[in-house]
Amino acid sequence: MGKQETNVVDVRTPRVSIAIPQGEKGDNGQAGAAKEKPLKMRTQGVNVFYGDNQALSEIDLDIRENEVTALIGPSGCGKSTYLRCLNRMNDTIEGCQVEGTVTLDGENIYDRTVDVVHLRARIGMVFQKPNPFPKSIYDNVAYGPRIHGLVSSQDALNEIVMTSLTKAGLLDEVRNRLHEPGTGLSGGQQQRLCIARAIAVNPEVILMDEPCSALDPIATARIEELIDELRKNYTIIIVTHNMQQAARVSQRTAFFHLGVLVEFGDTERVFTSPRDERTQGYITGRFG
Amino acid sequence: MQFFVLAVTLVVLTGIGFFFGRSHALSSVSGRARNLHSLPDYYGWYLALWCGLPSFGLFLLWVLAEPYLIDVLVINQMSAVLPDKWAGSSDLILNLVQSLAAGHTVPGEATPALQEAADHYNALKKTSFAGLAAAMASLVAAGLAWGLRQITPGLRARNQVEKVLRWLLVASATIAVLTTIGIILSLLFETIRFFQLTPFWDFLFGLSWSPQTSIRTDQVGSSGEFGAIPLFTGTLLVTFIAMAVAVPIGLMSAIYMADYASPKIRNIAKPMLEVLAGIPTVVYGFFAALTVGPFLRDVGMATGLEVSSESALAAGGVMGIMIIPFISSLSDDIIAAVPQSLRDGSLALGATRSETVRSVVLPAALPGVISACLLGVSRAIGETMIVVMAAGLAAKLTANPLESVTTVTVQIVTLLVGDQEFDSAKTLAAFALGLVLFAVTLVLNLVALRVVQKFREQYD
Repeated sequence: MGKQETNVVDVRTPRVSIAIPQGEKGDNGQAGAAKEKPLKMRTQGVNVFYGDNQALSEIDLDIRENEVTALIGPSGCGKSTYLRCLNRMNDTIEGCQVEGTVTLDGENIYDRTVDVVHLRARIGMVFQKPNPFPKSIYDNVAYGPRIHGLVSSQDALNEIVMTSLTKAGLLDEVRNRLHEPGTGLSGGQQQRLCIARAIAVNPEVILMDEPCSALDPIATARIEELIDELRKNYTIIIVTHNMQQAARVSQRTAFFHLGVLVEFGDTERVFTSPRDERTQGYITGRFG
Repeated sequence: MQFFVLAVTLVVLTGIGFFFGRSHALSSVSGRARNLHSLPDYYGWYLALWCGLPSFGLFLLWVLAEPYLIDVLVINQMSAVLPDKWAGSSDLILNLVQSLAAGHTVPGEATPALQEAADHYNALKKTSFAGLAAAMASLVAAGLAWGLRQITPGLRARNQVEKVLRWLLVASATIAVLTTIGIILSLLFETIRFFQLTPFWDFLFGLSWSPQTSIRTDQVGSSGEFGAIPLFTGTLLVTFIAMAVAVPIGLMSAIYMADYASPKIRNIAKPMLEVLAGIPTVVYGFFAALTVGPFLRDVGMATGLEVSSESALAAGGVMGIMIIPFISSLSDDIIAAVPQSLRDGSLALGATRSETVRSVVLPAALPGVISACLLGVSRAIGETMIVVMAAGLAAKLTANPLESVTTVTVQIVTLLVGDQEFDSAKTLAAFALGLVLFAVTLVLNLVALRVVQKFREQYD
């Protein structure tokens, strides 16, 4: 396995540092600018331990701006753990220890001087299970702007709430019941509310931890459309169990297995001609 | 003592019945337990129940009815020989006869008639005991014979035992409920008697409380006033002070334990806080009376405030400390039950911990926290020992926490302590106060339970 891993690194490293495009990226035709987008986040040598258990080892991964990066892999492979490293949500877990560097715009987010609260305002997160606060729809969206003091007037707050709901594609459905509890919405609406809540603080990166796993296919399709829409303004990293979903929404795909990053590359390439046999096995459904 | 011997014998016989039934069932299938309908033990229980239950029932009935029967018999026998001046005071006579029968000396002279009655009483008791023993023995024997005849491999002993168990449980529950009802009814009847002596509205809205009633008609100045308002304001004042201490401290320690403390600290801190709940209230009482009260008075003297050494502040403050563990422990459970996903959602938006607690966790836990506080209030209202020792006795209508006040519970204690006739307005007032107190705490508890239930539904 160690041999294969070095192999993967060899494959990937030139793409990142020297940035030789291979001329793919054919999805939707529009991304075919064929230029690498600027680097947004970069992780180098990330190791994560839960107590004595090592959950991730030596993860090197680059996230590019205005792209959707999908993290796939079997359960327990560490992809959610990795995602939670990116906004330091692992800090809240007892006994969790993160090594290595994670940079956002070149600045190490694990640096002593970094304010976690500020960091999380720049990197939003949407969770697996919709978790609207037991407050009104309006207050759910207004929560972030309020605690960060983003607005000084009620009008400005109204505007943020409306734009966020519009961006999340939820406004038309809830326009007449903004002051009813957010927990009364359907599962898919709740998840879009959580997305609206996340984009209300105007983050640069949005992390999504299996955002559709609790939703039915129609709600899932709406969220996927939304993700594609949001890509214009945000950098998105999404963990998913659903490989069709990864293929549909993402431009790049990283395959994790047993705490190791096995393969990382353009989505189309990873799904059509995987270089590692484990990736091949997983995406063709032979295991996982 | 004799009854005790009887009860032990019954238990032993029942035990023997168990083994007898078990071995009988086994021998009926020549040792192959698989051929029995139920496990062999169930046949043992079946026979044991047949042996024990009927005679136990008889035993209970006998114990309840015997004193009454014997009294009637003794009185009947004596009424013929007693002088007229004793007529109508049979209770007194019975007391005399009983103490004479037990070998105590009686006041005055033991007349031959009394002595004779005492002998008769003793003889009756002996006969009764012998009769009971014989009846129980025969019931055990009959149960044993009947049960043994019933035990066949096909007998559904398991189902039968299950049925009996069910009725045992029903009986236990009934006893608990009936006792409660009995207590309420006795409160109610005495209260009604009280309101025949004192007008209802004078009691509920009267502003003056001085429960001295005259024993003789020619006494002056002690007609008694039963206005309960000063007592209720006193209770309210002390309760308010107690909650002002307990709610902030209890709630904040709950938040600390649920949201801030590491599991290690929480595992130490929570039991430590709960130790507070294990301190007897009388200990809190003398802490309030001997330490806190004088301390407050000294502080008052130093700052020029007039603080009475028995003050509402001392009693209420110490009571608040007593209530902290109730509020913190309950609130901690409730706050910990708020899903982690809500906290994550808030933290991921860049909220700090305290912002998360204030704007997400507490609002979500609010119903539960309120009901924890209501339970605390009902404890504070019903608390007696601390206020008896530290709040004072004078029924003053005041809102000043530095003065001494008296509470409903304190007055119930003082009304009933000492030699009292049990039909004066003074003692009956205690029942009226008790009933009001009961009603208030009952309502508070019901409200709290309802709120907790609603809260549970929210996350399940």
